[in-house]
Amino acid sequence: MMRKVTILLLAAALVAGAGTLAAQTLNSGLRGPAPLNDEGPAPPMAPNKNTAEKEVRNYPEQPPVIPHSIDGYQIDLNGNKCLSCHARARTGESQAPMVSITHFMDRDGQFLASISPRRFFCTECHVPQSTSNPPVSNDFVDIDTLLSRATPGGRR
Amino acid sequence: MTSPKLDRRQLLKLEAAAIAATAAGMPVPALAANVITERNAAELEWNKAPCRFCGTGCSVIVATKDNRVVATHGDIKSEVNRGLNCVKGYFLSKIMYGHDRLTQPMLRKTGGKYDKNGEFTPVSWDEAFDIMAEKFKDALKKRGPSGVGMFGSGQWTIWEGYAASKLLKAGFRSNNIDPNARHCMASAVAGMMRTFGIDEPAGCYDDIEATDAFVLWGSNMAEMHPILWTRVTDRRLSAPHVRVAVLSTFEHRSFDLADIGMVFVPQTDLYILNAIANHIIKTGRVNKAFVDAHTVFKRGQTDIGYGLRPDHPLEKKATGAAKANDATDMSYDEFAKFVADYTLEKAAEMSGVPLNRIRELAELYADPKTKVVSFWTMGFNQHTRGVWCNNLVYNIHLLTGKIATAGNSPFSLTGQPSACGTAREVGTFSHRLPADMLVANKAHRDIAEKIWQLPEGTIPDKPGYHAVLQSRMLRDGKLNAYWVQVNNNLQAGANINEETLPGFRNPENFIVVSDAYPTVTALAADLILPAAMWVEKEGAYGNAERRTQFWHQLVKAPGESRSDLWQLMEFSKRFKIEEVWPEELLAKKPEYRGKTMFDVLYRNGVVDKYPVSDIEAGYANDEAKAFGFYVQKGLFEEYASFGRGHGHDLAPFDIYHRERGLRWPVVNGQETRWRFKEGSDPYVRQGTNYQFYGFPDGKARIFALPFEPAAESPDKEYPFWLSTGRVLEHWHSGTMTRRVPELYRAFPEAVCFMHPDDAQEAKLRRGDEVKVISRRGFIRARLETRGRDRPPKGLVFVPWFDESKLINKVTLDATDPISLQTDFKKCAVRIEKVVGS
Repeated sequence: MMRKVTILLLAAALVAGAGTLAAQTLNSGLRGPAPLNDEGPAPPMAPNKNTAEKEVRNYPEQPPVIPHSIDGYQIDLNGNKCLSCHARARTGESQAPMVSITHFMDRDGQFLASISPRRFFCTECHVPQSTSNPPVSNDFVDIDTLLSRATPGGRR
Repeated sequence: MTSPKLDRRQLLKLEAAAIAATAAGMPVPALAANVITERNAAELEWNKAPCRFCGTGCSVIVATKDNRVVATHGDIKSEVNRGLNCVKGYFLSKIMYGHDRLTQPMLRKTGGKYDKNGEFTPVSWDEAFDIMAEKFKDALKKRGPSGVGMFGSGQWTIWEGYAASKLLKAGFRSNNIDPNARHCMASAVAGMMRTFGIDEPAGCYDDIEATDAFVLWGSNMAEMHPILWTRVTDRRLSAPHVRVAVLSTFEHRSFDLADIGMVFVPQTDLYILNAIANHIIKTGRVNKAFVDAHTVFKRGQTDIGYGLRPDHPLEKKATGAAKANDATDMSYDEFAKFVADYTLEKAAEMSGVPLNRIRELAELYADPKTKVVSFWTMGFNQHTRGVWCNNLVYNIHLLTGKIATAGNSPFSLTGQPSACGTAREVGTFSHRLPADMLVANKAHRDIAEKIWQLPEGTIPDKPGYHAVLQSRMLRDGKLNAYWVQVNNNLQAGANINEETLPGFRNPENFIVVSDAYPTVTALAADLILPAAMWVEKEGAYGNAERRTQFWHQLVKAPGESRSDLWQLMEFSKRFKIEEVWPEELLAKKPEYRGKTMFDVLYRNGVVDKYPVSDIEAGYANDEAKAFGFYVQKGLFEEYASFGRGHGHDLAPFDIYHRERGLRWPVVNGQETRWRFKEGSDPYVRQGTNYQFYGFPDGKARIFALPFEPAAESPDKEYPFWLSTGRVLEHWHSGTMTRRVPELYRAFPEAVCFMHPDDAQEAKLRRGDEVKVISRRGFIRARLETRGRDRPPKGLVFVPWFDESKLINKVTLDATDPISLQTDFKKCAVRIEKVVGS
C-alpha cells in the first residue's frame, strides 16, 4: 500500500515537473476565463452566510469574522445595533460572544467604563462572509499545524 | 511535551474530525487541543513592520516561525495606530500565501524562442535578463533614451525607488519613469508646490486629537484610511463639541459619523471652496495679521484644458493649456473681488447642497475659535482641476491662519504605503529628482550629478513621459522597452481599452512586469519577473505624515522570486556604460569606460560603502548576500544626502530600525510635527512666527481660481455620472486582498451602485446583470441599490478592485493639466440590462 502511494506521488511529481518545462497558459483565477480584450458575465450575487456558528481564527489576534447577516444594521452617530447583542450586559440574553476586553481600552491602554469610541465602528475589522467561493486558495499555515509538523511526536 | 490526557473517546472524535476535514479538502481546524508548554516550540519571533497597504502607515507586529509568517497584530508602541489594525491589516499574515504565487520568470515563447504571441514559459533569470537586455538595447538604438521607460510605484521601498530612478535618469539617461502615485496624489504634490513651494503637509496625525472640526473633501476615510478614522471617531465621540462635515458626490460610510453630510454635483466643489473664502471675507473673519505677514495673492491661469491627446477637440479649444501652471500677482482687494461672485447661495444652487449646510460648513472655517482639520484624498486629487482644489482649500486655511498649529491642518491623505516616502521624497516622477528638485532645473541637475558622481549633462533636462503619456506612447509605438514594477496599471490606469492594452500588445514593444502574482498587467506582458514582497526583503516606507519606517527581512521569498531591488541592480550589470552613454559624455569621465551601469551607479564607493557585517545580527538580507555589501544602507545614506540640511533631513539609517518611525525633518535627533511654525520647525527663523520657506520670500500663495466644467458630463446618450473608487476590504486592485479568502468573501465582486429610483425608472432590480457602457468600453456587473454606498440620482459608483470587471475600460484618461493626474471620478455612462440574465 505504502509503496503504491509513493510511486503514485513520484509519478505525479514527474508530471508536474515536466509541466514546468513546457509552455503553459498562465491565467488568473481572479480574472476568470474572459480574455483581456473582452468582459465576461457577472455571476449572480451570492447571499452572505447567516448562521450562529463561529469560524476558527487563523491566529489569536485575528478579529473574528461575522458569521451572520448584518443587512440593514445601523452603526452611526445615533446608535450601534451590534451592541444590542454583543455588549457585556446583553450577552446573557443573546448568548452572543461579548465584545473583546481589548475594546474597552483607550489609545493609552487604560480601561474605560464602556467600549472605547475608537472601536465604535465594528465593520472596520469585523466583516460578514459571502457564501461564494474564492477562486484562488490560500496556503497560509496556522501555528498549530506548523508546530505539529515540527514536533516529532506531532500527530500530523 | 506534557499532554493532559484525553480519554480515548475524545481522542477518537478529534481524530475522526481531522480525517474528515482532510478528506473533504478543508483546511484542518487548528487542533490546539493541548496547551503547548514547551517554551521552544511555542515561542514565536516577533518583529515590527509597517503595514503593506495604505498611506496611513500603521505599524504591525509580525510573528514568524520556520520561515513563515504565522500571525500579525497592531503594534501598541506605534503612535499611528496604538495597537489597532483595520480588517486588511489584521489579515496581512496571509497576503504572501496566495496559491498562485509566481516563483519563476516567465517568457512568452513559441517553439523555444521569444514570441510576442507565444505562451508563457518558465525561463531562468539569465535567459530573462538576456532577452530583456537585448530588447532594451534595441530600443535605445532605435530611438535613444526616449525609447525605454519604467512605471513604478508608491509601494516600492525607498531604496527600490531610488535605485530605479538612478537606473533610468542617470544610467539610461531617460526621464521616462513615473510612479503609479501619479494616479493617486500628483495633484496634492502640485498643490503643495504652488502654494508652499515645498512638498508634504505642514501638520501630522497629532492634529486629530487636538481639533474641533473635521472636514472631509472627497475622502471616504471610514473605508480608505480606517485607522485614522478610528482616531477621528474617538475624537468626535469623546469630545461632544467636535463636528464632522463630509462632502462627496455620493453617500458612503464616512457619512455615518457626519454632523454635516453634503452630497454635491460632481465638479461643483470648486464653487463651494470659493464660496467659503468669500464668506470668510464678507463676514470680516480674515486673519489680517497672518495674511499680511505670511501670504501673497496670485491669479492662476485659466482655461487650462483636460490633459487629453493634443488632437482632442477639448485640447484644441483650451487657450491656457500650454501655460497651465502660470500665475500672476494680484492684491488682496482684487482677490476679494474675484471671489465675490461665489456666494453661499450660488454654491448651494450649483452644488445641490442645502444652503444651511453650506453655511454651517463655512462657519467651521470662519469662526476663529474653531480649530479645523481638512482631509482629502481622491475626490480632490483625481479631478481635472485637482491642483486647483488643493490650492483652494489652502486658501481657506491661510485666510484664517488655521495652519501648522496643533488642530489646524489642511492635510492630504495618501493611498499607498510609500507614496510620500518613495514617490514624492525620492522623486520617482518623470519631472523630479530627490528632495523636491526638478529635472528641468539646471542647478538641481548639477546637485544630483555631483552626488551621483556623473559628468555634467548626464540627466536629461526635459520631463519624461508621465503615467498617462506612457500608455499613449506605448500605443503609438514610441516607447518600446518598458518595465513595470509593483503596480497593476492595466487594471488601475484609465481608458485601458483605447490606450494601455493596445500599447502593451503593440508588436513594436517589449513589456516586462515584476509582480508576486499573475495580475492582469502581468498577463498582458511579454516577460514576467517573480517578485519578493513585504517582509521577504528589508524595506522602508514613508507615510502621509512624513514618517519614515523601516523593517527587516523576516522570511525568504518563495522559489526563484527576488526583490525589485535585486532585479534592478542585477539587470544594470547587463549594460556597459558605452552602450548607454554617448561618446561626448563618456569623454568627460573616461575612468568610467569599460565599466557597467552597476559599477557606475551602485558600486560607486558610496552605495557600496557599508559591509554586510553592519546588518543587525539575526536578520537575513538576500540583496546584501547577493551583492556583497549592505545595499539598503548604502542607497539610503546616498539618498539622504540630498535632503540633509535642506529641510528634508532624514535620521541615520540604523536609528530607523529601532524607532517606530520618525517624521522628517529630523534635526539633532528630533522629529518635526508641525512645519513652517516657529518653535516646532527647526527651519523657521526666530522671530518670524511662521515661515513658508519653500519660497525665498517665506510666504505662502493664495490663488484666485474659478469654476471650470468637467471634461465629460452626462448627456442624452450617456445619462449617468460614473465615479470609481475603493472599498474597505480590498486594497486597490485586490492583488493581495482578493487572495485572502476572508477578505474575498467580505466583498467578493464589484457591483454597480445605483439610486433605487434610477433603477426603478430603468426597470432594473437589485441583482440584475447590467452593462456599464461609456464611449470607450463596457463592463458587466450586478446592480446594487442598497448597502454601504448610496449614490444620488444620476450617478453610479463602481469600485475598481475586481479584475473580472475592468471598470477602467470605461473611464476617461482626462487629467489635471498641471499635475497630469487622471480624473477617475467623472465620466459619462449609460446602464443597460444584460438580456437573459
